[in-house]
Amino acid sequence: MYQFNYHKPSTLTEATSRMVEAEEGAYLSGGMTLIPTLKQRLAAPSDVIDLSGLPGMSGISIDGDIVSIGAMTRHAEVAASDAIPALAELAGGIGDAHVRNRGTLGGSIANSDPAADYPAAIVALDSTVRTSIGPIAGGDFFTGLFETALREGEIVTSVDFRIPDAAAYEKFPNPASRYAVVGVMVARCGDAVCVGVTGAGPHAFRATALEEALAADFSPGAVDGVAVDSSDFNADIHASAEYRAHLVGVLTKRAVARIG
Amino acid sequence: MDIKVTVNGTTHHLDVPDNTLLVDVLRERLGLTGTHVGCDTSQCGACVVHMDGTAVKSCTVLAGQADGAGVTTIEGIGRPDDLHPMQAAFRENHALQCGFCTPGMIMSAIDMVQKSEGRLDEAAVRDGLEGNLCRCTGYHNIVKAVLSAQDSM
Amino acid sequence: MATETGIGASVKRKEDARFITGAGRYTDDVGQHGQTYAVFARSPYARARLNGLDTSAALATDGVVAVFTGADLQASEVGDLPCGWMVKSKDGSDMVQPPHPPLAVSSVNYVGEPYAVVIGETLEAAKNGAEALDPDFEEQDAVVDLATAAEADQIHESVPNNQCYDWELGDKAATDAAFAQAHHVASIDIVNNRLIPNAIEPRAALGEYDEASGTYTLHTTSQNPHLERLVLAAFVNIAPEARLRVISPDVGGGFGSKIFVYAEETAVIWAAGQLRRPVKWRAERSESFLADAHGRDHVTHAELALAEDGRFLGLRVKNKANMGAYLSTFASSVPTYLYGTLMAGQYKTPAIYVEVQSLFTNTAPVDAYRGAGRPEATYVVERLVETAAREMGIDPAELRRRNFIQPADFPYETPVALTYDTGDYEASLDRALDHADYSGFQARREASEQGGKKRGIGFSCYIEACGLAPSQVAISLGAGVGLFEVGEVRVDVTGSVTVVTGSHSHGQSHETTFAQIISDKLGVPFENVTVLHGDTGRSDYALGTYGSRSLAVGGSAIIKATDKIIAKGKKIAAHMLEAKEDQVEFEDGSFNVADSNQSLTFGEVAFAAYVPANYPLEELEPGLSEKAFYDPPNFTYPAGAHICEVEVDPDTGVVTIEKFVAVDDFGHVINPMIVEGQVHGGLAQGIGQALLEHGVYDDTGQLLSGSYMDYTMPRADDLPSFTVDTTVTPCTHNPLGVKGCGEAGAIGSTAAVMNAVTDALGVKDVPMPATSETVWRALRNGGNG
Ligand SMILES: Cc1cc2nc3c(=O)[nH]c(=O)nc-3n(C[C@H](O)[C@H](O)[C@H](O)COP(=O)(O)OP(=O)(O)OC[C@H]3O[C@@H](n4cnc5c(N)ncnc54)[C@H](O)[C@@H]3O)c2cc1C
Ligand code: FES
Ligand code: FES
Repeated sequence: MYQFNYHKPSTLTEATSRMVEAEEGAYLSGGMTLIPTLKQRLAAPSDVIDLSGLPGMSGISIDGDIVSIGAMTRHAEVAASDAIPALAELAGGIGDAHVRNRGTLGGSIANSDPAADYPAAIVALDSTVRTSIGPIAGGDFFTGLFETALREGEIVTSVDFRIPDAAAYEKFPNPASRYAVVGVMVARCGDAVCVGVTGAGPHAFRATALEEALAADFSPGAVDGVAVDSSDFNADIHASAEYRAHLVGVLTKRAVARIG
Repeated sequence: MDIKVTVNGTTHHLDVPDNTLLVDVLRERLGLTGTHVGCDTSQCGACVVHMDGTAVKSCTVLAGQADGAGVTTIEGIGRPDDLHPMQAAFRENHALQCGFCTPGMIMSAIDMVQKSEGRLDEAAVRDGLEGNLCRCTGYHNIVKAVLSAQDSM
Repeated sequence: MATETGIGASVKRKEDARFITGAGRYTDDVGQHGQTYAVFARSPYARARLNGLDTSAALATDGVVAVFTGADLQASEVGDLPCGWMVKSKDGSDMVQPPHPPLAVSSVNYVGEPYAVVIGETLEAAKNGAEALDPDFEEQDAVVDLATAAEADQIHESVPNNQCYDWELGDKAATDAAFAQAHHVASIDIVNNRLIPNAIEPRAALGEYDEASGTYTLHTTSQNPHLERLVLAAFVNIAPEARLRVISPDVGGGFGSKIFVYAEETAVIWAAGQLRRPVKWRAERSESFLADAHGRDHVTHAELALAEDGRFLGLRVKNKANMGAYLSTFASSVPTYLYGTLMAGQYKTPAIYVEVQSLFTNTAPVDAYRGAGRPEATYVVERLVETAAREMGIDPAELRRRNFIQPADFPYETPVALTYDTGDYEASLDRALDHADYSGFQARREASEQGGKKRGIGFSCYIEACGLAPSQVAISLGAGVGLFEVGEVRVDVTGSVTVVTGSHSHGQSHETTFAQIISDKLGVPFENVTVLHGDTGRSDYALGTYGSRSLAVGGSAIIKATDKIIAKGKKIAAHMLEAKEDQVEFEDGSFNVADSNQSLTFGEVAFAAYVPANYPLEELEPGLSEKAFYDPPNFTYPAGAHICEVEVDPDTGVVTIEKFVAVDDFGHVINPMIVEGQVHGGLAQGIGQALLEHGVYDDTGQLLSGSYMDYTMPRADDLPSFTVDTTVTPCTHNPLGVKGCGEAGAIGSTAAVMNAVTDALGVKDVPMPATSETVWRALRNGGNG
């Protein structure tokens, strides 16, 4: 690790001003992504700003059909909550127990790792990302490979999810890292069907062709004829773009079957 | 920076560089070399300790994040003549060979059993060990050990 | 003496007490006052000329103590890293060995090759210094593909066609003649995937120099500290052995990768001498991936000729083996004497011919990894036999049975230079078939099909040769060292026993197994036996642990020493009891005079040896401490039957191991619990090779699987619980009747898994590892992925 100054601010304003003051600042939540990056000297922030001391950033609350999850809420806590079972299942499948004990919702989505799980839920469930500046619609949050709509110094404070009528998450883990090669969240809200896909492309996205087919006929069979465009899909030693496209179909079917 | 950590019941006030990892505090500053380092990508679990009662990878926690916390390491759970049931189960079931993954395995396994609701079955134990690599045992006996320890814990 | 701690008992391990309480002492746990930290600068290119190296900024970095380059080592006459086994080509010429300086001097030949070491007051300072180095690299096209390496650019000036050697074994004419008679010829083209060993403890070294005495001490993660010392003394020129002590304390797994003498500890111990300060290095995992010697990596064509009734007539193997960029310590022997010699398998194949071309590429050096050559050989033989069975419509178990060497045939001389001493292959197969419920397989397959899955079963009846090795045989075949072992049994004044073995345990449990033997033979309580190992300052020159030799060779040395103890004890007892020496018997820990009630305990005799009041000092030296060297007359030949049953999800290609049965014959077993543990670990590695693990380089020689993010290590949830059992035909030529058990799991299992996968899919071959995409493609193409 390079040297840096560690800060643990106790208010949001203090945190953002630390960031402004820093030559190159980095927020720290669970550290499950940032710290390995630092250890390997792949990043050299001058200041690391630990968000864990900020009040009100952690916890799960339900208000009507909105579940609000603090950005600092650990994956393990979400996994143990029954607010949205599909989301709990997703969180329970992130990394391993130790990662879930530390990693947070805010850190995960701010990072926009193409293979992260949460992003599938952010795009599939009607969600709003709340930040130190203002709300961002979940559908607009992920903008590219490791890129989000967050502006400089902006802190994710919580995420609101509208409780779906039914939802299921299916993950095909990378055999080595256990991140998602492909993860698909299917959610039904009234007549609408949302299919959020992570792992396959540069960032999480909604598979509109699948959504249309499922809106017309919500059954696994409806997925069969739908072509998944894999032109900008990721390819690596574990899975080609073509295989990922195939998995999107398989996992969507499985999620649909589970919702029934 | 100054930190205060209570490790295995003893409170230490330490002055450490800001970029210090918890594992280095334990190994280098406190001489608790039972906690091991096996990777640089936070995957192997050789470094697992309990922080405020929860299993964490001490290679992926900054000293600052551990400020004020209570930490338990493998050295803090039992002595050779007074073993923790999980330690005893590892020995009884030959759940270790070279011993390098063992401290992390034991700390993870204790947390797994403590957090489990009801009895763990083989599949749950295998799943729960996802964050711990062992190259020697093929996991067979580790799984046996964890299953047996849950009865004595 | 059948007791709870004697031979045959599943005694709980002595070493566990420290490991489960965090009191183990591994190299990285050893620290010395005033120590400095070493960081290696590693090549980012697979192949480049190193035209210059500006160290000024590095030297000026805060906290940097020194920077040493390849040129510095050369100027100080630090020798090259040698390969210890001379293999000759078909034409009788010596293998070609390129220069292998510990730190690269003018060219680099694989990503991760070290070219400088920076020493800092802190690790951070050393890292900063390493980043400040300014090397002038001129990148060249890398040679990565093994299959075409012979035709590619020449990597080393002294190595035409990138060929290390072109070796052969067996009778070509007889084999060709056998093929001419064949009713059926089965042939396969297979790749044995590159593996990266990944002991969970990364390699480490701590070098110290004592100015007053001029002696060096190296703590390092070595499986064989004496070999390390020999190479550092005789080839690298650090210091003569007498002034160089190598200590391998607790070592966190080796699997072969810690046999070899590497650049890092070489540079560390040398630098300690230059700086007169302790120098410490511990690999980060990314360095382990790049710079530990890798394993396997073969491309093979093989054919089996069969008669109409399924009898094997001949076997032909043409293999290319990847050596990586340089010859690692034992690299040359792995695809030759540890591979070609195993091609008979468990079968009476009368004619065999094996050709192996070893080639250099711009990849990490490849050397022995658990099994070393025997897994590769087993993979060839057992995939071929299974293929032949399917093609001829003969049940694969039955085809094997028809060709097994029978118990009456032993000792059996194979056409590929080995003499098997004993075995009963059918017994293991029968037992395995039972455990696997072979007769119920069809019903299980149908049940899987009902559920939309495919199910397959695969066999592997492996044999291996281990317990390396008869020194004279090995030396005549090119080994540069003898392969005996030393054991010392020191009886203490009060009758407790300290055993010093030259063998090394990095998971194998010597402290327990060897204590069991001693306790059993001498009747000394198990808890009063202490086993020491891993220190050139403690034991005589020894060869260490690899090739499943610890018990068969190291244990035999201890038995020999124990026999000497008993013989001397009898003399002492005879004197004390005023009896004739040949009247004294030793049993259950006491010396008894035949047909009398006179006896002395072992402790009484020991005490008399050290307090020689009533003692024949004119004839006998005082003391009771004996040492023995044991050179095995033959290899040991563990063999067994592995059966794997898999289920494949055709939608995704995911393979699940439903059942794995391993029935092995290790001869007599000292501690069944420990032996089973060895098998489990080996199985995990063999299954890992089949389904998960793959060291992959891209076309430019960058390692794509360079961390646990991309190199798939078997985890708990990838594996089933195993069904493990043993049959026993005692080894005929060592005193314990034991055979090596450390590698068998990794040797037999891979072929069984792949035979099961191909059976499930109904295809001839699937490339290893059979990852989900590979399997999915194989299914879609109805053939080779
Ligand atoms: C072994 C391992 C396995 C893993 N497996 C998975 C997996 O299967 N699936 C998966 O999805 N993830 C996985 N992860 C990643 C894990 O979920 C991380 O926790 C997560 O990606 C980042 O969350 P964090 O809280 O740890 O963030 P940190 O590491 O603290 O931060 C990540 C990034 O987000 C920024 N950041 C953090 N918090 C905020 C905030 N509130 N507002 C703005 N920016 C912020 C940081 O500056 C940093 O750039 C794995 C990680 C490890 C180590
Ligand atoms: S050292 Fe590997 S996870 Fe911490
Ligand atoms: S016992 Fe050696 S790595 Fe687990």
